[in-house]
Amino acid sequence: MINLKGIKKIYANGDIQVAALSGVDLHVGASEFVSIMGPSGSGKSSMMNILGCLDTPTEGEYFLDGTDVAKASGDDLAVIRNRKIGFIFQGFNLLARTTALENVELPMLYAGIGGKERRERAISALQSVGLGERIHHRPKELSGGQQQRVAIARALVTNPAIILADEPTGNLDSRSSEEVMAIFQRLHALGNTIIIVTHEPDIAEFTERIVRFRDGHIEGDEIVENPRIAQAHVIEAGGVAK
Amino acid sequence: MNFLESIRVSLRALRANKLRSALTMLGIIIGVAAVIAMVGIGNGATASITSQIQGMGSNLLTISPGQTNSGGVNGGSGSSNTLTMDDVAKIKIGTAVKAVAPITSATAQVVMGSGNTSTSINGTTEGYEVIKNVAMARGRYMTKNDVDTSARVAVLGPTVVENLLGDANASIVGEIIKINNVPFQVIGVTTATGSTGFQSSDDMITAPITTVQARLIGRKTVRSILVSASSETFMQTAQDEITATLRKAHKIQDGKDNDFRVQNQADMLATMTSVTQTLTMLLGGIAGISLLVGGIGIMNIMLVSVTERTREIGIRKAIGAKSTDILLQFLIEAVVLSILGGGIGIALGYGGSSLAGKALKMSTSISMTSVFVAFGFSAGIGIIFGVFPARKAAAMDPIDALRYE
Repeated sequence: MINLKGIKKIYANGDIQVAALSGVDLHVGASEFVSIMGPSGSGKSSMMNILGCLDTPTEGEYFLDGTDVAKASGDDLAVIRNRKIGFIFQGFNLLARTTALENVELPMLYAGIGGKERRERAISALQSVGLGERIHHRPKELSGGQQQRVAIARALVTNPAIILADEPTGNLDSRSSEEVMAIFQRLHALGNTIIIVTHEPDIAEFTERIVRFRDGHIEGDEIVENPRIAQAHVIEAGGVAK
Repeated sequence: MNFLESIRVSLRALRANKLRSALTMLGIIIGVAAVIAMVGIGNGATASITSQIQGMGSNLLTISPGQTNSGGVNGGSGSSNTLTMDDVAKIKIGTAVKAVAPITSATAQVVMGSGNTSTSINGTTEGYEVIKNVAMARGRYMTKNDVDTSARVAVLGPTVVENLLGDANASIVGEIIKINNVPFQVIGVTTATGSTGFQSSDDMITAPITTVQARLIGRKTVRSILVSASSETFMQTAQDEITATLRKAHKIQDGKDNDFRVQNQADMLATMTSVTQTLTMLLGGIAGISLLVGGIGIMNIMLVSVTERTREIGIRKAIGAKSTDILLQFLIEAVVLSILGGGIGIALGYGGSSLAGKALKMSTSISMTSVFVAFGFSAGIGIIFGVFPARKAAAMDPIDALRYE
């Protein structure tokens, strides 16, 4: 699903060149549930930007779902982000003045999907994260956990190849965090490929594989023998099958 | 994303910021309204001057005395007294000339019983009735016989009757009025023409020129001679004929300047029209500047809006918006603002100019051209001043935009 070979990312800061990533090889297969860990400055954010096609590597090859995206240009990257990647951010990043439903419809808007289908798919995605009742609420009328669930619905509504979450529980209390992780585990069980960037070890324990970054390269890559099972408190039944 | 969806997204953003959108539009509204109203008022002024000049009579030639020029001091047009009743007699009615009427005028106090008024007394001949298409409400106009015999008869305008008796329809024909203590018999009342401006034919007394010269002025002067050409095609012939006749009568040698002027109505019209058109362009130009300022206002607000919505742009780009999607969204916002402002401005300008027309008692006319030009101009301003902020938004790096606080 994801194949990285010799990825380097070098930022030029005046005359000084800083290597954020210095030769990373990584393979993530379909239906894996991976967490990327590392202290700040380890290069995990740069890794996240490249994995999410927000940025291109200075050197190296990146195959996503069979396509070489390392050399793609701005608008091609936008199409790849739209079709193959579902983003979830620490700060939720929902559009403040629009309803939950409209937020979830947004990626399909850019994909050129018609209004009726857009609405139906957005509603079913919101139902699958347990927000079927609150589709017409604006982000500020929802709790942090609910906002992040809207963001998850927005990420999975286009049926992306991978779901990328950058510190998805960073702004949440432990109860909401566990709810969000429960949703991820359920999506994973349905066959979705999920990559989470986090610095919290107990969040990483919910995943099945932990990749550790330090100083721009991979320091460790281990399989989690017995992942913790997240307790869902308020999640409704049903979901989006992959 | 298709174009219709882009429009919907832009409209939603504008609706979310109602006050700001309205204030941004205000610049364009005022600019467009000013252009429309100013051009409308200017066109109205042109039309009213044109109709006034045309109302002076059809195919009209005006002969006025030339200017004195003694010792290099130019006395200005009309400063000499070179026109006489003999000149009038020499201008013969024929194929080119339909009617001739000399004019002399004075301002006098008119008394009838307890009523009195001050008005202008126009001394002329029966030819005036033909030239000016005078219509009688009651009684009759003066005849050649009245002129030849210096009869003390007068034709009154309806305003004069109203000023004397308090009612324009009061019975007055056959009565005696005193003009500067000279008794005149009223022989007729003209119909109201509603004309205003210089030389209202409603507030005027007309009497035989011979009587006015003898009884009221005491001199045999002729202020001007009006000539009506038989048709528009004979205007030039008539003008040439009159010039030749008067040069001969005044014994002007070849090569010397005329001591009189023959003006034709078309020349006057052209002069006045060019003056009012210059005025219209001036007013329109000033209003155009305010339109430009309005456009800069749109750019200003759009730039603020782009900065303020950096994070939104980042989110949209992260989930798949292309640069053109973002460009279109902001460009459409700017164009919608300016077109909406333009539309409201046209309505306001239309209302404003008709209000101004009522207040100033003049007709205004909105030309379709000025509406289209103003509308097109405001849409153009939206595009021109919207492109820069929209490009700025489209060029944003999604990572930086997402990180923006």
